[in-house]
Amino acid sequence: MVSFYTRHSLHAALMGHHMLKRVHFPSSPLPYMLVAPQLAITLVFFIWPASQAMYQSLLIEDAFGLGSEFVWFENFEVLWQDQHYLDAFLRTAVFSVLVAALSMGTALILAGFAQRVVKGAMFYRTLLIWPYAVAPVLAGALWVFMFNPTLGIFPYFLEFVGVDWNHYLNGNQAMALVIMAAAWKQVAYNFLFYLAAMQSIPNSVIEAAAIDGAGPGRRFVTIILPLISPTTFFLLVINMVYAFFETFGIIHAVTQGGPGSATTILVYKVFNDGFVGLDLGGSAAQSVILMVLVVAMTVVQFRYVERKVEY
Amino acid sequence: MVEDRPLTSILTHFVLILGVIAIALPIWITFVAATHDELRMNQVPLPLWPGTHLLDNLTQTLFGAGLSGSQGAPVWLMLLNSLAMAMMISFGKIAISLLSAFAIVYFRFPFRMTCFWMIFITLMLPVEVRILPTFEVVANLGMLNSYWGLSIPLIASATATFMFRQVFLTVPDEMLESARIDGAGPMRFFFDILLPLSRTNIAALFVILFIFGWTQSFWPLLITTDTSMTTIVMSIKQMLEAAEQSPQWNIIMTTALLARIPPIFVVISMQKLFVQGLTETDK
Repeated sequence: MVSFYTRHSLHAALMGHHMLKRVHFPSSPLPYMLVAPQLAITLVFFIWPASQAMYQSLLIEDAFGLGSEFVWFENFEVLWQDQHYLDAFLRTAVFSVLVAALSMGTALILAGFAQRVVKGAMFYRTLLIWPYAVAPVLAGALWVFMFNPTLGIFPYFLEFVGVDWNHYLNGNQAMALVIMAAAWKQVAYNFLFYLAAMQSIPNSVIEAAAIDGAGPGRRFVTIILPLISPTTFFLLVINMVYAFFETFGIIHAVTQGGPGSATTILVYKVFNDGFVGLDLGGSAAQSVILMVLVVAMTVVQFRYVERKVEY
Repeated sequence: MVEDRPLTSILTHFVLILGVIAIALPIWITFVAATHDELRMNQVPLPLWPGTHLLDNLTQTLFGAGLSGSQGAPVWLMLLNSLAMAMMISFGKIAISLLSAFAIVYFRFPFRMTCFWMIFITLMLPVEVRILPTFEVVANLGMLNSYWGLSIPLIASATATFMFRQVFLTVPDEMLESARIDGAGPMRFFFDILLPLSRTNIAALFVILFIFGWTQSFWPLLITTDTSMTTIVMSIKQMLEAAEQSPQWNIIMTTALLARIPPIFVVISMQKLFVQGLTETDK
């Protein structure tokens, strides 16, 4: 996940202040030894596999896995004509937008109220940050348990209002369940950033608005929301990246992409086609498309999130 | 609060308490499940209030047979595996990031910016997008089913490197000047001056990285087939599969409880460092 640190560092590098100390040590073999471990791991486990994925995306293996043929972009062409893949793309978009909206919306409301209770804010913060420490798979397990069709507490109550809950059979319910689980896990992170952003707004700005007669609701909409918009944008990108890539564990635990392919998002499809379906070329091509998406999201983040609010 | 109106104040706390309940509910319900016996956990509706079997469940999960019919590793071994993995990832990331940030900030050497960009690229390559080839590399290196395989591929870190770079840039130049006058070499300067100055940042990063390491499930799932290398988080997934035949939710949820206690404890007890690690920006 791209943090604030990274944004600033890259921004500094892009702007040309190249972060070398004015006073520094002379060149020697030492700096190479210092960066060697980091670079070795980067090369062996990141850059080499990524380039392998790119290379494999241009190959098609024969049915017996004995030989492979170089086919240029055929794997990509196949993907673009594959209705299953296009569906997975659309599904991922819907899933990500809903996860981001649900978790950011909840976090925004809670932070908005929490920053009003100056003394209690830290108390509520302590009670709200727990889900961050829960592993995605575990979060999935908690929600599977609560929504277990025969035993779960929620299906039991839902029955009274006439809802027959079975996410093993109903694709929309399965989607709703993974969205809730994914959003639940991310609320804590969003809450922390929103609370920090709101607490950094000078009191004088809020007081001035209050003197002009703006009530709490009005102040929230016309003063606080615009002032924290950079945080909102930052969180939007972070949440999209989260929903795209880091929800694998939740989906794997809750639905395994099913029923049918109702919850198969892109990341899950790469895994499924590669490890279960053993379609190496197709899976590699999907990996490359995902890489392009991550690069795009990172660029958007660096390009637009930089602007800071001046009070 | 700017104005003090009791009604808004009540509304504020009401919404916040509602929020806390909604967020904590999954944690509560699964905690309750860990305090009842198997019989009760198969009766609808499931309990919302704790029972008396927490100790029994804990003993059975930790030291007993665990989930009946499973040939998995004992849960205490899984906890140990998780701890080892989380620790190796945290310390590994911190160590190699400190060193590379030191090199990039304090030395002028050919290919310095190449190194910087190569480290940066790791941000754009989450493991999910290079699954198969990374798995092949680990397999070819003979690192499947080992602590090394669990941790080393995850310890490259652009984020940590950039953070330490940021920290080092705030260290006044006079520090280095006077250290050199005193005859201190680069490594001496690193250990005696830079490390102590970055103490809080290291601690804050450790909190974040420990949680990152502990909650990994995708990577361990791929590269461990040997049950003795199972981590507690990935065991949950296997238990869920077993639950489809014979639901022993009390044991599954006791395991889930054990799996989340360490990271939750870290977050709550080191909350200040945790928040600093997550949100600290301009240093």
